[in-house]
Amino acid sequence: MNSFHPARRDFLQLLGGTVSAAWLTANWPALVSAAEHAHQAAKSDHPSLEVFTPDQAREVEALAACIIPSGETPGAREAGVVYFIDRALKSFFSDALPVYQKGLDAVQKNTTELFPGVARFSAATEEQKLTIFTQIAEESERQNDGPRRFAPGSSQDFFQILRVHTIYGFLVDPEGGGNFDYAGWKAIGRDPAHSFSPPFGFYDKDYPGWQPVPGETEKK
Amino acid sequence: MNRPMATYKPSDEVDFVIIGSGAAGGVLAKELSTNGFRVVVLEQGEYLREKDFTHDETKVFLQSQLTNKVNTHPITFRKTPEETARKQQAVLYGSCVGGSSVHFTANFWRFHEIDFKEHSKTGNIPGANFADWPISYANLEPYYTKVEWEIGVSGLAGSSPFDPPRSKPYPMPPLPVKGNGVVFERACRKLGYHAFPSPMAILSQPRAGRAACMNCGFCLGFGCEVGAKSSSLSSVIPMAEKTGRCEIRANCYVHRIETDKNGRAIGAVYFDAQRNTHLQKAKAVILSANGAETPRLLLLSASNQFPSGLANSSGYVGKNLMPNSSAIAFGVFDEPLNDYKGPAVSRIMHDFYELDPKLGLYGGGGLDARFDFTPVSFVFNGLPPSTPRWGAGFKQALAHNFPRTLEIFCHGTSLPVESNSFSLDPQVKDAWGLPALRMTFRDHPNDLKMMEWMKDRALEILDAAGAKTRWNSPIEEQQFAVHLLGTCRMGNDPKTSVINADHRAHDVENLFLCDGSSLVTSGRGQPTMTIQALAYRAADRITALAKRGDIST
Repeated sequence: MNSFHPARRDFLQLLGGTVSAAWLTANWPALVSAAEHAHQAAKSDHPSLEVFTPDQAREVEALAACIIPSGETPGAREAGVVYFIDRALKSFFSDALPVYQKGLDAVQKNTTELFPGVARFSAATEEQKLTIFTQIAEESERQNDGPRRFAPGSSQDFFQILRVHTIYGFLVDPEGGGNFDYAGWKAIGRDPAHSFSPPFGFYDKDYPGWQPVPGETEKK
Repeated sequence: MNRPMATYKPSDEVDFVIIGSGAAGGVLAKELSTNGFRVVVLEQGEYLREKDFTHDETKVFLQSQLTNKVNTHPITFRKTPEETARKQQAVLYGSCVGGSSVHFTANFWRFHEIDFKEHSKTGNIPGANFADWPISYANLEPYYTKVEWEIGVSGLAGSSPFDPPRSKPYPMPPLPVKGNGVVFERACRKLGYHAFPSPMAILSQPRAGRAACMNCGFCLGFGCEVGAKSSSLSSVIPMAEKTGRCEIRANCYVHRIETDKNGRAIGAVYFDAQRNTHLQKAKAVILSANGAETPRLLLLSASNQFPSGLANSSGYVGKNLMPNSSAIAFGVFDEPLNDYKGPAVSRIMHDFYELDPKLGLYGGGGLDARFDFTPVSFVFNGLPPSTPRWGAGFKQALAHNFPRTLEIFCHGTSLPVESNSFSLDPQVKDAWGLPALRMTFRDHPNDLKMMEWMKDRALEILDAAGAKTRWNSPIEEQQFAVHLLGTCRMGNDPKTSVINADHRAHDVENLFLCDGSSLVTSGRGQPTMTIQALAYRAADRITALAKRGDIST
């Protein structure tokens, strides 16, 4: 997977260089446009699986879809979360691989205990999945205080780790290997552009500019 | 990009070796090399350039691309000296060329006059080890101005009635207002407060070959890809390198300041990336390694001559840690603010900078309206506590709240408490076998009480602003620090301070310390501006001493 498109690197090298202020002023609109283009070009390709077997990937994808379901807007499935997790387990989340292996076994056990006729979690109906996943999540919540800031921490709990990884895979900048085609950002109303100009939102549209409080300009 | 840079051998006795290339180290490197001295800067982290920076949260948050790495540099934490500390990421600091100035929010207030003489005004406070600074705001004012004009700070002079005197306006106008700034400003006005454009160390206009901010929104935690954030990396370090007298040497883990039989520093001992040991010789040594690593390095440099650590005859090395107090309130509005665009902050207020003593609270604070989340970090930190943790309800809350949420961040005083400290852990070692950094900290009760009061004001502002939902993070004892202040404080009395007003160690005449550790009080947060003003002043003082032969450079 190309995680850093050459066009974007060239653009950044240009901006990091010692160009003159006058040149920057004259060329700024074109530069911003180039940044947008380069950033779009950096969108992730769909990689192949390196850690999960196809069967495991199908189960992880079905579980991640319980955390962030598809619907009117994209969910974990459309964002390619399972590919993000697969890549993460190959690299910076490799310590979590045994948790996935044990976790998937436990999910299989829960599935067959609750619904003996169902071969695997991903084959369950949506209603059955909800029942199984609720049980997994509630059991986990009883034992954990929730995720730590930014990082999954040292938890060995499958649900907690899967939740953190799913959120990263859904919302990470596509350079990080998830959020395919900005699916996650689209779902939360985050414009995928790389740079912005004011006004940014509803409340600053008609802002008249900063004014001192009338009659209170003296130093306190 | 290739910048011309001097190179020296460790055996070359340069004029100054500076440990740390962050907010203070970068300024000192630039000033001293510009003044004609030969300088080597030893930086623990990598030399990343603007082109290396990314919005990839896995690299930045999970793999600590820009910050200290606890897998090799573990940290331990305990609340009181009676406890055994346990491994915990209690401290976050920049670990790359430019230090924490690369990833910081870039809120850039000056301290006020009161911050330098508050002890005289307030008197002793039970449980606090409180002192005045040996310098005043007036002493530092020309250097605050120099910071603003040299590194590039945007703002509007005269917009806060509480601002201290200034000799010059800002070099460029404020950054664009954001939705959070507009609703905050309107609410403040309704309540009789005075919100004003936040001074930010981010360029609102192109300057000195650097681009203006493009409002990408990946600011706190991230390096700026276009050099608009006025980090040491983007501002002063290129100036230092251009002198042809300054070498920035990255991936150097300094673990000892070597001294001779006369008690003079002779250089810095470091591990290079291959773990080979070197001594960089220098006529004088400057520690700007931050308020955690500067005291740790002094303690690691203990010897027969300095049994309790270098420059530690006072016993104050590592003591009086002040991380600033804080409180956060959140509001969700009807319409999209889209505050993920642009730098985190656009409006602040200082009406509570000096609280009325009748409230029974010491110190004060500043409030800003902000949104400092990425999409990922928003999920873990920006949603109301009652939000479902998975499923359709979770997704719906995320989609509704992400564009409509703002924070009001209350920044406040930390009182110095002697037992709040950095020290060497007696059990835990780092990847090189050296004692790990140990943090001992429990907030002074006043600071928690004050933050409760601030939090209530923040909630009132959110009500006045028309927030449909609002809540606050609980006010709790802190176990995590990013402002690392006060741990080698300056003062005139060698018994109660580590350095004098020239930043010279009382005990070692050619050793200087300049970073967050030098501060005597914590201000009301946002210390980087003051750290850099101190560095400019220190460079002037050190240059004067060197030129008159006082440190034999």
